[in-house]
Amino acid sequence: MMASGYSAKEEDGHHPGASGATGSGVAKSKKPDNTAFKQQRLPAWQPILTAGTVLPAFFVIGLIFIPIGIGLYVTSNNIKEFEIDYTGADMSSPCFNCSQGPSWNSTWPCHCSIAFTLDQPFESNVFMYYGLSNFYQNHRRYVKSRDDSQLNGDKSSLRNPSKECEPYRTSDNKPIAPCGAIANSLFNDTLELFYIDPNGTRTQIPLMKKGIAWWTDKHVKFRNPGGTNLNLSMVFQGTAKPVNWHEPVYELDTDPENNGFINEDFIVWMRTAALPTFRKLYRIIQKKSNMTPTLPRGNYTLDVTYNYPVLSFEGRKRMILSTISWMGGKNPFLGLAYITVGSVCFFLGVVLLIIHHKYGNRNNSADIPN
Amino acid sequence: MDFSALRNLISRYCTGEENWVDSRTVYIGHREPPPGTEAYIPQRFPDNRIVSSKYTFWNFVPKNLFEQFRRVANFYFLIIFLVQLIIDTPTSPVTSGLPLFFVITVTAIKQGYEDWLRHKADNAVNQCPVHIIQHGKVVRKQSRKLRVGDVVLVKEDETFPSDLILLSTSRDDGTCFVTTASLDGESSHKTYYAVQDTKSFNTEKEVDMLRATIECEQPQPDLYKFVGRINIYQDRDEPIARPLGSENLLLRGATLKNTEFVYAVAIYTGMESKMALNYQSKSQKRSAVEKSMNAFLVVYLCILISKALINTTLKYVWQSNPNRDEPWYNGKTDHERQRHVMIRAFTDFLAFMVLFNYIIPVSMYVTVEMQKFLGSYFITWDDEMFDEELGEGALVNTSDLNEELGQVEYVFTDKTGTLTENNMEFIECCVDGHVYVPHAICNGQILSGSSGIDMIDSSPGPDGKEREELFFRALCLCHTVQVKEEETVDGIKRGIHQGKATSFYISSSPDEVALVEGMKRLGFTYLRLKDNHMEILNREDEVERFELLEVLNFDSVRRRMSVIVRSSSGHLYLFCKGADSSIFPRVISGKVDRVRARVEHNAVEGLRTLCVAYKALSQEEYHNMCQLLDSAKLALQDRDRKLAEAYDLIERDLVLLGATAVEDRLQEKAADTIESLHKAGMKVWVLTGDKMETAAATCYASKLFRRSTQILELTTKRTEEQSLHDVLFELGRTVLRQHDSLTHDTFSGLSSEFQDYGLIIDGATLSAVMKPAQDDSSGNYREIFLEICRNCSAVLCCRMAPLQKAQIVKLIKASKEHPITLAVGDGANDVSMILEAHVGIGIMGKEGRQAARNSDYAIPKFKHLKKMLLVHGHYYYIRIAELVQYFFYKNVCFIFPQFLYQFFCGFSQQPLYDTAYLTLYNISFTSLPILLYSLIEQHISMDILKRDPSLYRDIAKNCLLRWRIFIYWTFLGLFDSMVFFFGAYFLFDNTTFTSNGQLMTTNTQMIFGNWTFGTLVFTVLVFTVTLKLALDTHYWTWINHFVVWGSLLFYVVFSLLWGGVIWPFLNYQRMYYVFVQMLSSGPAWLGIGLLVIISLLPDVLKKVLCRALWPTSTERIQRLKADGVFQRVLPQGHDSLLDPPQCTTET
Repeated sequence: MMASGYSAKEEDGHHPGASGATGSGVAKSKKPDNTAFKQQRLPAWQPILTAGTVLPAFFVIGLIFIPIGIGLYVTSNNIKEFEIDYTGADMSSPCFNCSQGPSWNSTWPCHCSIAFTLDQPFESNVFMYYGLSNFYQNHRRYVKSRDDSQLNGDKSSLRNPSKECEPYRTSDNKPIAPCGAIANSLFNDTLELFYIDPNGTRTQIPLMKKGIAWWTDKHVKFRNPGGTNLNLSMVFQGTAKPVNWHEPVYELDTDPENNGFINEDFIVWMRTAALPTFRKLYRIIQKKSNMTPTLPRGNYTLDVTYNYPVLSFEGRKRMILSTISWMGGKNPFLGLAYITVGSVCFFLGVVLLIIHHKYGNRNNSADIPN
Repeated sequence: MDFSALRNLISRYCTGEENWVDSRTVYIGHREPPPGTEAYIPQRFPDNRIVSSKYTFWNFVPKNLFEQFRRVANFYFLIIFLVQLIIDTPTSPVTSGLPLFFVITVTAIKQGYEDWLRHKADNAVNQCPVHIIQHGKVVRKQSRKLRVGDVVLVKEDETFPSDLILLSTSRDDGTCFVTTASLDGESSHKTYYAVQDTKSFNTEKEVDMLRATIECEQPQPDLYKFVGRINIYQDRDEPIARPLGSENLLLRGATLKNTEFVYAVAIYTGMESKMALNYQSKSQKRSAVEKSMNAFLVVYLCILISKALINTTLKYVWQSNPNRDEPWYNGKTDHERQRHVMIRAFTDFLAFMVLFNYIIPVSMYVTVEMQKFLGSYFITWDDEMFDEELGEGALVNTSDLNEELGQVEYVFTDKTGTLTENNMEFIECCVDGHVYVPHAICNGQILSGSSGIDMIDSSPGPDGKEREELFFRALCLCHTVQVKEEETVDGIKRGIHQGKATSFYISSSPDEVALVEGMKRLGFTYLRLKDNHMEILNREDEVERFELLEVLNFDSVRRRMSVIVRSSSGHLYLFCKGADSSIFPRVISGKVDRVRARVEHNAVEGLRTLCVAYKALSQEEYHNMCQLLDSAKLALQDRDRKLAEAYDLIERDLVLLGATAVEDRLQEKAADTIESLHKAGMKVWVLTGDKMETAAATCYASKLFRRSTQILELTTKRTEEQSLHDVLFELGRTVLRQHDSLTHDTFSGLSSEFQDYGLIIDGATLSAVMKPAQDDSSGNYREIFLEICRNCSAVLCCRMAPLQKAQIVKLIKASKEHPITLAVGDGANDVSMILEAHVGIGIMGKEGRQAARNSDYAIPKFKHLKKMLLVHGHYYYIRIAELVQYFFYKNVCFIFPQFLYQFFCGFSQQPLYDTAYLTLYNISFTSLPILLYSLIEQHISMDILKRDPSLYRDIAKNCLLRWRIFIYWTFLGLFDSMVFFFGAYFLFDNTTFTSNGQLMTTNTQMIFGNWTFGTLVFTVLVFTVTLKLALDTHYWTWINHFVVWGSLLFYVVFSLLWGGVIWPFLNYQRMYYVFVQMLSSGPAWLGIGLLVIISLLPDVLKKVLCRALWPTSTERIQRLKADGVFQRVLPQGHDSLLDPPQCTTET
């Protein structure tokens, strides 16, 4: 501002006579334009928030929110959800033995199976999740420890992963693919579900492992290097597997559509969770026919190939079965919140109505002069 | 600055043996004086290059960067940026680097452009040709090559290339006419005089023959002061010394008029010319809002630091378990492990600082600057503040103080030219007690004989007749009026039709013009000054000629002027006119009592009075006087003091002739304006040099004092009777008794139920009050005086010297409430108070442009002050207050969720939002609506603000930026951010939403990660913050709709785009499809809607309840208007829409 003031004066000084010589001629043009904008007289809507104007809004919010809330709440309650903790922290737990071992180095996988009972049948598609607690996937060091261009199939990044992957960048002087802490800590328990017929036979329930990741992730963001046609083991030659993995990335699955970087379990894992307690989609149990429920009432066993240690950081592992509705999974919070806000608004509406009657009128009438 | 130091050094070195260290010797034409007179000491002066530019091509980048980073805010952001570069921080350096880079670049481009313009202007000026006399020939040179001592030829309508001493002119009498319009805005032609001994030079040859030196003071910025001496060497005689004064000095920048050419010698060149010295920037004024803003910033800085400290501490507490610090899935690098724990802790602290640094946004400074800069255009554009007569509207010299206009508590106004028109009308004159009134007021008609005179008293005798004519002649001769025989003259113009040519009287003092014109109506017409003879056309249409011998110019200390003339019959007269107080003590005879009575009568009527006296001189007396004057004029040092002494000796033993009365009409709507200012809760002080009676009459006329006002007098008259001490205490007691009865409401001191006090104080008493404490009791005077003033709604200070005006302003400014002061004036004598007050307003008046140039805002008329304060000031204050509060609010909303998130991510400084959101939040998503709001918001329409000045009190004392309100906004921000964060938290909680959540179509299940979480919070944030502003907006034009909804739309479109593409230049793709996936889930929509409503609910509720239960008067008016009652009320013409006018301040 100082500078501009200075320059204005400067011009005065340097063009002397300009004002004097053309004096009256300039005066006309100096008159400001009489436009609505310049005179600050643009036509405008001038709302004010008074009890009177806000009242209807409060009632409308109340009237809309309460039904929505009830709807949400009912929907949420209709969703069936079953959760089982298989960490094996308790002595009594079938997985106790597995949880104690130093799993990463164990040569053979540790198996345990947990029996459970579903009291109600699960209709339509059932979603199977694994849940982890006290696992800080959102830790900054962890979140950034990945190389998105490597995962996108970039060949140079494959050979030379980003510095962000340290200390999971190289192993034995070979670049790790996929590099980084996230990939390294891929959840590698295998969960299988068996239905125990009343007559005692075990029927394995078919679990779909495709369609659990975002379509865009699977088809755009994650790509195997060198396209799909090539032999993956060739492509990944010269790279090392992440240190914690049992098998290299190109052996995650036998299906070439679900192998390497585009393995859906891997993609799901790579989407870091927002909070330290989270669940991730594991499998989908598809509805077979309209006649029988997807998961009928009865006894089940969960067979766990126990690889993933969580006790060292006081974590927990869970398996969750859930149906979904139009609004997603079991979600009582949203319904309750809607009902609460709706009622509060309604209540406030009533309070304001009283205030409006008592004070609004008084103000209006008393203050009008004469 | 260093330049002047250097200059002093040089001059001191060069003038070692001279008598005056602070003077310079100039050798005209670079010719040495004859040997033996004085040693030839070549002095080095700067060349005539004007350098107004700050930068050169080479030093622009470093110097500009240095200047910019000297600002604390910029420096802070630079530090943050550097920290981000150096340590491993959560957010990329781009997030703070980009905005900083943007701000710095824009500022640099703006300053660079301005500097380029200055360079261009400098070049144009420095290269324009000047004519220099060298060896008897005229040589054309570039202006910058002009040196001190060069003799220059300047032709008509040319601008003087440097400060010059006038040697000779094309006119025989050695005068030339000059306008200084570009220097001080006075467009009237001023007369300058050539040196007596050189005025006959007419050719280059003659000028070239001149051998002379000029001794003069070193350059100083005062345009109207100059002392020097010219020594002319002729034929090896003793040099002839002549005094030089400001009447000989042609200033750079002024233009020669009505004179064919002049010869002059350059004495101050380039950056030493008075014009260049006057470019020194004024001291910066800071507004109260800016001070509050800085205080808030400090609070936020503390919050920032404590947040970072808390998180750092908690991090190390939490990490004490090694499995948390480094679980198997999340190893550290060796490098990280080896680092010392203190260094790690410090780095973590810095990282937290960086993560939370957005709480003090760089964009706030930019927005505030832009708001002020753009907002000030509304003042210049205002049609209602445009004056047709003057052809000019309001001017904004600093936009930094816009909002201060809404905070004014004390208004100090000048009287003449500010409250009054300064458009003088001759009313009457009184000769020895006989009153003459020119009744036929028809412009331009010479009324012959006594037909134009209405005698009130009986006709005077023959002796009286003689006195009467002497009086008229005195008034015709004792002035400095020029006659201008042209039609186009700006400034003061009055037509005198002399049959053929139109001529005008021009003078720097409008009183004189009025007097000379009044004389014309009484039969004595002043024709012109020719060859030092003044010509008067008397009643018998005869031309009388008087030789003008000396003019003893007017000055404000002496308050009188005199001329010495010789009549054609050879008689010598001294005529003196001046203020009564300065004439009466010098009078020895005449009908003093009768004149004094008349003068006092006129003064009470509000007329400006002057007394006229004369003295007949003998030849001998005249000689003595001449000697006295010459010796004083020749003095180089203390010339002013010596002149004053000489004048004092000369203007003595006078004979009183009579007195004149001139009316200075009140400015249009001055009374209305003062009344409005009073109603708006401002205290209006009139500071004037006029005498008490005149000033008091004006005050009554302008409704400053009302009939009901009890006047307290604190004048010399009273202090003569009682001691100052007693008077002060008595007044204090009177006022305080009143005060105690209304302690419950400090604001309503003005309301009609209470006694209204007005104080009159004069300059002498004031200086007694202000005198520094000698003992304990007198130290209290100041306090008592302030206490009295505080309880008076109007104060009149009369007989004030210019400096005293500034003192008063300073006194009030420093009193314990620190009120905001505003000074308004039009003349050079008001400049000191304009500079001193918080806001200085100049009236573009008749006394030149000095006040307007030194002011912060300039307006054409006093009445425009009303709109300036009540409308513009009010709006600007409301706007900037909201701007500041809202900026802090929206950044609390922005950053606090990040703080909360640290508790859920192991204090790892994981940012909640993506880099793009962090960067663009303040730059584009939320910046435009608030900027627009702060430019065009009108909570009440303009007409109501003008009609009901009491609304101004609603925003008094910086009430929208009090701590209470600031804390409210901060807590609102905290609440909202809690809602955002925990709302999203519960939606994402393990039992709900993280897991499945499906699109309307069934083939996509979402596994929402941390970026979706952040995006959800951010979406709610952007919508809440924008809608909060929408709720605060009272004035929805189409632009508001466009910007508010447009910026929300922009956010959505940007997010779609940002997440829709794999950006090749990014090394992470974490936002890919996150936004779309989020929007494809039903609960996200429901959640966003819910959280936005919850966040806005408390604020809406607070507003509605406050409005219903404790409405401010502003809110009542809004209500009335909304209910349509307003239209009904309007025609009844109520002053206040609210009866009773009780001011309700929110408690």
